[in-house]
Amino acid sequence: MNLADYLPIAIMLLLVIVFAGASIGLGNLLGPRRPTPEKLAPYECGIVPELEPSQRFPVKFYLVAMLFVIFDIEIIFLFAWAVRFRELGWFGLAAVGIFTALVIETLGYVWKRGALDWNIPRRARYRLSHDVADEEAA
Amino acid sequence: MDGWDVAIVIVKVLVVFALLLAATILLVWIERKVVADMQNRIGPERAGPWGILQTLADGLKLLFKEQIRPNKVEVGMYLLAPVLTLLPAFLIFMVIPIGVPFTVTLGGVERVVSMQGTDLNVGLLYILAMSSLAVYAVVLAGWSSGSKYPLLGGVRATAQAISYEAAMGLALVPVVFYAGSLSISEIVAAQSGTWGGIVPRWNIVPLFLSFVIFFIAIIAETNRAPFDLVEAEQEIVGGFHTEYSGFRFACFFLAEYINMFNMSAIAATLFLGGWNGPTFGLTGFVSWLLPIIYFFIKTFVLIFIFMWVRATLPRFRYDQLMTLGWKRLIPAALLWLVLSAVVVGWRQFGAPWT
Repeated sequence: MNLADYLPIAIMLLLVIVFAGASIGLGNLLGPRRPTPEKLAPYECGIVPELEPSQRFPVKFYLVAMLFVIFDIEIIFLFAWAVRFRELGWFGLAAVGIFTALVIETLGYVWKRGALDWNIPRRARYRLSHDVADEEAA
Repeated sequence: MDGWDVAIVIVKVLVVFALLLAATILLVWIERKVVADMQNRIGPERAGPWGILQTLADGLKLLFKEQIRPNKVEVGMYLLAPVLTLLPAFLIFMVIPIGVPFTVTLGGVERVVSMQGTDLNVGLLYILAMSSLAVYAVVLAGWSSGSKYPLLGGVRATAQAISYEAAMGLALVPVVFYAGSLSISEIVAAQSGTWGGIVPRWNIVPLFLSFVIFFIAIIAETNRAPFDLVEAEQEIVGGFHTEYSGFRFACFFLAEYINMFNMSAIAATLFLGGWNGPTFGLTGFVSWLLPIIYFFIKTFVLIFIFMWVRATLPRFRYDQLMTLGWKRLIPAALLWLVLSAVVVGWRQFGAPWT
């Protein structure tokens, strides 16, 4: 790794920060400043907001984030293998094949469990798995 | 590395910066004109010839508008988010080569200047990392605004971006083992030449499915229609930037268009051969200029497809978006990865039992 390769990126970083700071500051100077209580209230299409936005949001988003971690880490491993594809030959390909098969199996499992379904009817969501087993037995 | 090298680096950075700003100004105008044409309207036509200065006029207007700071915001994050959104947008283009190198004699030494901000040996990982960073600004803007619609927009943006990032990364793995390198300039170099003198040796030919998956994923990553649930006007007003006004809003707008240009440039570089193209045996200045022209033609063709898709398709529903990402693109990308690896392996190492 050559640190000099990263010099242009560092310069660009500084340039963008200066550009953004300067233009936002200029906008602050040039723009008017006439605050009214209505203007400063959170926007809600004209209705006076009565509640704070809730700090809780559906757990589904959290599940997506966890699944993402699994797949993103897998991709990082695959990149390491792809760079040395020629040197590793069939051995590497077989190893990655087994690894990918396990990931596909994970995806299949998650899919079957319904973690990838977005709109689950409320009744189905609260139905416990042993209830389903009982129903299938009956 | 002496003073001249540093000077070259600074000039490169300024060129990339100016290029991206100019591209944005042009892009917004082109998009409005193209969509207007597709919808049988005229579009902007007052500012400058054919309305080409419309974006500049809009930007100047935003500079003179009040920057409202609502009373429920988390001040630090709220002020930081517009800057954060611009950073990855500008930084990502630094590793894209737009043409062939040229030599210049400065300070008595002949120097080779590449038409690329910097040639990182981990260029592709850098691109993936920067495109992941872009989501931070959106989330922080949404969360720090202290309002319902931005919060919803921000959460949606995260889920959408990370869902499609997995598919995007998987679609790029075959590109890496075709080129055998993560360096963008080597990936471009591996795509030079032709098969049988006719078909260009671009990655899109053997890896067409990868290209399709990648292109769908980048439309979702840049939050463009039909994946613009992040700022779906009919449901959540402006999405994450509802509470922003004045030039802070302009920063988000600027970043969105720069990202569109960046992603098209990346797709053109990784799959359409970058600056590769016929030079007709010409030499000298023309042979240096032609690759740059090829690069921009390819990029703008992809940008046109972006606009075409926007004008054609209605917005997805959220569950459809998740279904497409997780149940279609990721399995397809995984299977295609294994298939193409086996085919390439068979060609390069012979049958596995020999």
